[in-house]
Amino acid sequence: MKVVTLRGLGLALATATLLQLGGVSAHAEELQVTIDNFTFTPAELKVKVGDTVTWTNHDDIPHTVVSAGKFRSKAMDTDNSFSFTFTSAGDYKFFCSLHPHMTGMIKVE
Amino acid sequence: MPHDHDDHNDGVSRRHALECMIWAGTGVLWTVSGGVPKSLSLLDKAEAATAASSFTFLQISDSHVGFDKQPNPNALGTLQEAVDKIKALPNTPAFMLHTGDITHLAKPAQFDNASQVIGSAGLDVHYVPGEHDFLDEEIKFYKERYGKGTKGPGYYSFDANGVHFVGLVNVVDLKAGGLGNLGAEQLEWLESDLKGKSKSTPVVVFAHIPLWSVYPQWGWGTEDGARALEYLKGFGSVTVLNGHIHQVMQKVEGNVTFHTARSTAFLQPAPGTAQSPGPVKVEDSKLRSVLGIASINFKQGDQPLAIIDTPLQG
Repeated sequence: MKVVTLRGLGLALATATLLQLGGVSAHAEELQVTIDNFTFTPAELKVKVGDTVTWTNHDDIPHTVVSAGKFRSKAMDTDNSFSFTFTSAGDYKFFCSLHPHMTGMIKVE
Repeated sequence: MPHDHDDHNDGVSRRHALECMIWAGTGVLWTVSGGVPKSLSLLDKAEAATAASSFTFLQISDSHVGFDKQPNPNALGTLQEAVDKIKALPNTPAFMLHTGDITHLAKPAQFDNASQVIGSAGLDVHYVPGEHDFLDEEIKFYKERYGKGTKGPGYYSFDANGVHFVGLVNVVDLKAGGLGNLGAEQLEWLESDLKGKSKSTPVVVFAHIPLWSVYPQWGWGTEDGARALEYLKGFGSVTVLNGHIHQVMQKVEGNVTFHTARSTAFLQPAPGTAQSPGPVKVEDSKLRSVLGIASINFKQGDQPLAIIDTPLQG
């Protein structure tokens, strides 16, 4: 799996390190959204400020993840990923800019 | 395969048009007389001879160069087969239209490979982009190759043999939950482009995503396509050629014939028949029967039009 943003990679390493230290509850969590059959799963996800969400495309067709004015991935080919760390609360609607009928939402508390 | 085409001058019913839509044989020949499409006997020799004496152009679509997964690990190879088929045609077409998704991932090497293979047909090619051709952030790879003389993201028009051709772009600025999109600027341009054209001028509009609503649940349609069609009202003969859905589909509404071409790379499922519009995993031996090209024929004078869809094999 390729993690596209360095920021996401950094957090992934940080989380891994915390887990190795005996599962001290990490403030920032890593959450996953998968893309299968032109569908985001889960379609809606609740996270906390500081959490990182990683989208991974399992389709044979490229997809993107775009939240207007907030974040925009490059085209993700099969098994490519994109990560974003949410630093402020709010509802982040997102969609695939190639197949705009694919939509989802991250609720950040 | 049982499919009766009648040769009488009684036009074609909607039911008959639908029959032709679902028919999947070696090709179907359409002609338009007085704006009413009529099916002709398939590849009838006399008709083929008539076609030979008139103006013909080709449509290819969705070559997805760079796609390397099942059911087609070599999309460049099947594009080459399509081009070989074009080169072997008994009557050289005037030019070719490519209705987008030239490449799978808009990589420079994919564009270069596609250009090399498509160029080997030795024909002028008029392109419109698909969403796969616009994956780089600045959409510069498509535009630097095909954008010359076009407006906005790549729309334009030209005239050939008395027919007015309009290439539209409906793959930019797509909105969440929406469909293909032309946008206000392009629609304004289209209105002025068509203004002043005689209503007897045959018009061919080509764009990647179908301009009519094929299956919105999969995004197969264009949000503001109806507005474009408004501007085409009153023209005696309008043909709308699209790709994107990787299968032949045809609809006739008044004087407008809508038609989508096969892909040269992979088949997509019929609307709603699968969980998603992803590639249909057909067996190797069947792949070439679901890929293909379309040739479109205009006979001068009474403006008949014929579209022949030809699979790569079978």
